[in-house]
Amino acid sequence: MAETKTHPAQHPVEVLGLTDTVSPSKGLRTMWRVFLIGTETPWQMAFALVSTLFAAVLQLIIPQLLGRAVDQSQVVSAGGHAATTQALLVTALLILGVSTLRGLFATFQNYFSEAVGHHTGLRLRLAYYDKIQHLSFGFHDRMHSGDLITLGLLDLEGARMFFATGVVRLLLLVVLIGFGGWWLIAIDPVLGLLALSFVPYVGWRSSTSQLELRQTWLDLQEHLSVLTRVMEENLAGIRVVRAFSAQEHELAKFRAASERALDLAHERVELRVRSTSAMTLSFFAAMGLVLLVGGLKVQAGSMTVGTLTAFLTFMMILQMPVRQLGMLVNSVARTSTCGARIFALMDLEPAVSNSPEAHVLTLTEGTLRLDHVSFAYPSAPDHLVLRDISFTAHRGEVIGIIGEQGSGKTTVAQLIPRFYDVTGGSITLDGQDIREVTLPSVRKAVAVVTQDVFMFTTTMENNIAYGNPWAPEAGIETSSSDAQLHDYIDALPERYRTVVGERGASLSGGQRQRMSIARSLILDPAVLIFDDSTAAIDARTEERIFAAIRAKVASRVTILIAHRLNTLSHADRILVLDGGRIAEQGTHAELLALNGRYRALYDLQHQSFGDRQ
Amino acid sequence: MSGETEMERNEVREDGRRPPRAVVGSHRVKEEMFGRVFDTNVMRRIWVFVRPYRRELMISVVSVLIFTLSQLSIPIIIRTAIDEGLLAPDGRSALIWSVLAFAVAILVNFLSSLIQERIVGRVAENVLFDIREAMFAHLQRVSQSFMDKTEVGRLMSRLQGDVNAMQEFLETSVISVGDLVLLFGIVGCMLWLDWQLGLLTLSILPVLFLVRIVWLPRARDAFIAAHDTNSVTAGALAEGIHGVRTVQGMTRQTVNMQLFEDKATANLRTHLVAARYAQVLVPVVDALTGLAMAIVVVIGGQKVLNRSMDVGVMVAFLFFIQRFFDPVRSLTMQYSVMQRAMASGQRLTEVLDVPVGIKDAPDAVDLPPGTPAAVEFRDVRFSYVSDQPVLRGVDFTVAPGETVALVGPTGSGKSSIMSLIHRFYDVSEGAVLVGGHDVRRVSQRSLGAQIAMVLQEPFLFTGTVMENIRYNKATASDADVIEAARTVGAHDLIQRLPDGYQTELNERGANLSMGQRQLISFARALVADAPILVLDEATSSIDSKTEKQIQTALAILLRGRTGLIIAHRLATVRNADRILILSAGRIVEQGSHSELIAQGGTYARLFKANHASFDDGQV
Repeated sequence: MAETKTHPAQHPVEVLGLTDTVSPSKGLRTMWRVFLIGTETPWQMAFALVSTLFAAVLQLIIPQLLGRAVDQSQVVSAGGHAATTQALLVTALLILGVSTLRGLFATFQNYFSEAVGHHTGLRLRLAYYDKIQHLSFGFHDRMHSGDLITLGLLDLEGARMFFATGVVRLLLLVVLIGFGGWWLIAIDPVLGLLALSFVPYVGWRSSTSQLELRQTWLDLQEHLSVLTRVMEENLAGIRVVRAFSAQEHELAKFRAASERALDLAHERVELRVRSTSAMTLSFFAAMGLVLLVGGLKVQAGSMTVGTLTAFLTFMMILQMPVRQLGMLVNSVARTSTCGARIFALMDLEPAVSNSPEAHVLTLTEGTLRLDHVSFAYPSAPDHLVLRDISFTAHRGEVIGIIGEQGSGKTTVAQLIPRFYDVTGGSITLDGQDIREVTLPSVRKAVAVVTQDVFMFTTTMENNIAYGNPWAPEAGIETSSSDAQLHDYIDALPERYRTVVGERGASLSGGQRQRMSIARSLILDPAVLIFDDSTAAIDARTEERIFAAIRAKVASRVTILIAHRLNTLSHADRILVLDGGRIAEQGTHAELLALNGRYRALYDLQHQSFGDRQ
Repeated sequence: MSGETEMERNEVREDGRRPPRAVVGSHRVKEEMFGRVFDTNVMRRIWVFVRPYRRELMISVVSVLIFTLSQLSIPIIIRTAIDEGLLAPDGRSALIWSVLAFAVAILVNFLSSLIQERIVGRVAENVLFDIREAMFAHLQRVSQSFMDKTEVGRLMSRLQGDVNAMQEFLETSVISVGDLVLLFGIVGCMLWLDWQLGLLTLSILPVLFLVRIVWLPRARDAFIAAHDTNSVTAGALAEGIHGVRTVQGMTRQTVNMQLFEDKATANLRTHLVAARYAQVLVPVVDALTGLAMAIVVVIGGQKVLNRSMDVGVMVAFLFFIQRFFDPVRSLTMQYSVMQRAMASGQRLTEVLDVPVGIKDAPDAVDLPPGTPAAVEFRDVRFSYVSDQPVLRGVDFTVAPGETVALVGPTGSGKSSIMSLIHRFYDVSEGAVLVGGHDVRRVSQRSLGAQIAMVLQEPFLFTGTVMENIRYNKATASDADVIEAARTVGAHDLIQRLPDGYQTELNERGANLSMGQRQLISFARALVADAPILVLDEATSSIDSKTEKQIQTALAILLRGRTGLIIAHRLATVRNADRILILSAGRIVEQGSHSELIAQGGTYARLFKANHASFDDGQV
């Protein structure tokens, strides 16, 4: 299922070289970068900003029109009844027109700012996917795949909406408070200030509570993911649970995780309820004050009922965006942290990449040479896994490699296709250092059949032709026959068009390995490496596979890595690895005669524990 | 784009076509997102979970009503303040009274919203967690065959997505009550203030309803499409991440990038369509609001001029109109929430209705502590699917202390035998006896105490090594755990881990090798300390040194226990007291290693082939 993971994954923040908190200057830089991606759709962005401006200004006109209507309706104007009616009609049409226009501009504002968000999302997503595909094994060893998925889904989502939730909202707020406040204060400074008095409190309350809510949300997510893990493990391991009759134990585990999450969920409700109620109360309190003071002014004759109505209506309009100030703060916080993580990853350079003067590998003899190769994994640079490995393999040769766990066999298999770069020494193909030729040409020449096989959720033929999607049907059938997989697939209801069950669930371990073999055979590589890839295949089928490929062995270098000595009987020459060094080498017979490590392994595999009792 | 070369680019464009056999992240199971608006059966089932909180719900409904009333009162108070306070001669006291009434109204508003939102929020969370717990507990007891054929991912989406949809529904349903009351309240207030103007203004309401009815199904299709492409893109991304080593090994980056771009672009397109649908109603609502206000201004203004209506009424109308469309909007939105909830509820009840396969019989007895550790199969017939028998009459006994190896090809029935001993399933015919008792007549708990199982895949849980070995044997002390690890030879390897026994294991113990995981699962079985050991030997490749350790550990584990082992390794088979050769649901040969060799049958043939493994072999 999962591919081989040599080292435990680390915390994503660590791998990306980030700290837990984002400094303000870094936050600003991140937001600027997200904004710049948005400017790649300049028209949408311009439309969104202009529409926001218009929508806000039009919205400010409505209270004034309503106030005018109220005043117009109270006194018959100098022009008589008909003229007053006329004036009311004009105001009514203006109200209708302004409302409709505001609606249109609001639509444009929302649509275009969302479009900018989606376009930003697309650009980020593509760049992210591309980066992930090219970052080398050393990176993927350290980064947990689940964290990469979270980064590409949730964090990306958090960053992409910055324009709509941050920039546009800010503009709207500035215009409404700026123009609106200026207008109110111009009419009546005292009443204007009263009408705006709720703004600072609601703005502050909404910002702080959003930040608190965000924190509890993050905590809650963390606890929910613990709960998810408990449930998921329980269901995946239900046989173990039942085998140990541990249902009660599991329920207790579930309850503990569930209760912790529930407590946080309650805390969240509490926080939200308290802040929204307080905000509403302060808004209405300001409204009451405006009603009282404005009422007194109307009574004193220094203000009209219409103006008071305009004040009250304006407050209703201003309420929403001020309450949403918290979301703006949240957007800034989200964009800075999520964006910082995404960009940190995108700024990584793959450790293994083409050198500037790389040329395409040209193969003539097809000779593979390892010259004093030493290697340490990037995650543990002080610990040499391979030391001074040298051997040469010519076309047509089958080289066997054997050794205990940790002796470095798999590492050899991963260095030849340049999944990692050697620490010392060199690997050459026909005299060309693999670091000096293009990566695709090396990977084309070298195929590794791994023990763990990743199956893609698609048809059998697509899986076999994974490395060469142009392969003709005949080629697919030949390699699947050679891998002894054809009979199985042929018996399936839709043969090669059968879709592999989720993550290859419907294939047994042996069938998956045979799939992996077929996948590599179709590439017809110059160097073919079997990394313990027949372990789950029974000996007889293995025999048949090697019989089938032996015919083609002459055209390539074949490397067989195995635990099972039987598998190595197909090798012309066997290398015995021990502690990262070649301890012994020679043919099977020579190695037996040596009476060394190989002999010991041989004896071990041909006796059973009963013999020692 | 890093690491890309001209060569790769040319390759993709070969013949100017896309590679015919290339896909990224496809083939998913789709699920109904929306169900019927109201499903009485689902409601009845959900009510069971809501019932315990009905008192709280009553309180919250009452506070919703009070909250709505306080909201309705505000324009009325403003109207009174204007007409009786501002415009009436000597209205100072009326103004003061109005402002006081306003103060009372907003306090009531504050308190009722505080109470209502808190209760609704808490109850909805509680119900969510209760439903999830009930489902989780139920899944612990449902038949093993259901668990076998159901993907974990599907169950998880029940336990998460569907349960969340129910929570959303509960929260909004109380709010819906408030919205309905608000809508009728506004209508009532307007008619009460001035029925003619009220009727005129309300005449535009049906227009909005009509528009929304036309809009809803189309918009929903667009939303579903956007939702679908979301999961498609997410699936492709996840596949790219999980399979990145294969992708790089096979140089598929450029092809995959193109295919991913297709999916991501489709995702963008559907989202833009959905955004258009979401936004198209905004100007309609604004225009209708404008129209309603214009009506009030013209007709109401006329009436005020004629002194047939007070100006305060006009102001109150203008306030009501601005609130008018909120409940309409949220009610139509809740319609979708409700349909989604019904679809989810349907799936939830399906899980809750999965029959509990194996139950203790009413007269089940506990196996007495000193029960002899013997296992007997009496002419057992068994099938998972009724017409496909897996076991066709299996008869054998395992005496206390004896070790029996089961050998046979995949599908011969080995695993079924193992499952039947622990009563994961019930036999179709015949009987399975443990210590002379039919397993169907004893309590599952006491049966479980007799049997320790080691599964082929050494499944470990997230947590420390200590917790994993102890597992559910709460009575085992740290010393017991260490002793068990020492006995199976896992102590040294555990000591070498960064925090020894307190080392946290990654997902499924990914930071351990397969062999290490097996040794730990042996230690876990040893701590469980049951007289009968049922073991499915791992097939995966382990290096010879660990293999040797495991063989030694197995010998220790079997000491003084009755053992039934599905064996794949020759060494294990040779050391068994007796070997049963299974083929197509029957025992075809049995005897000790030497007896079977002497018989010269299937076993002898397999043995002569000198295979290290019996797995996959043809019997």
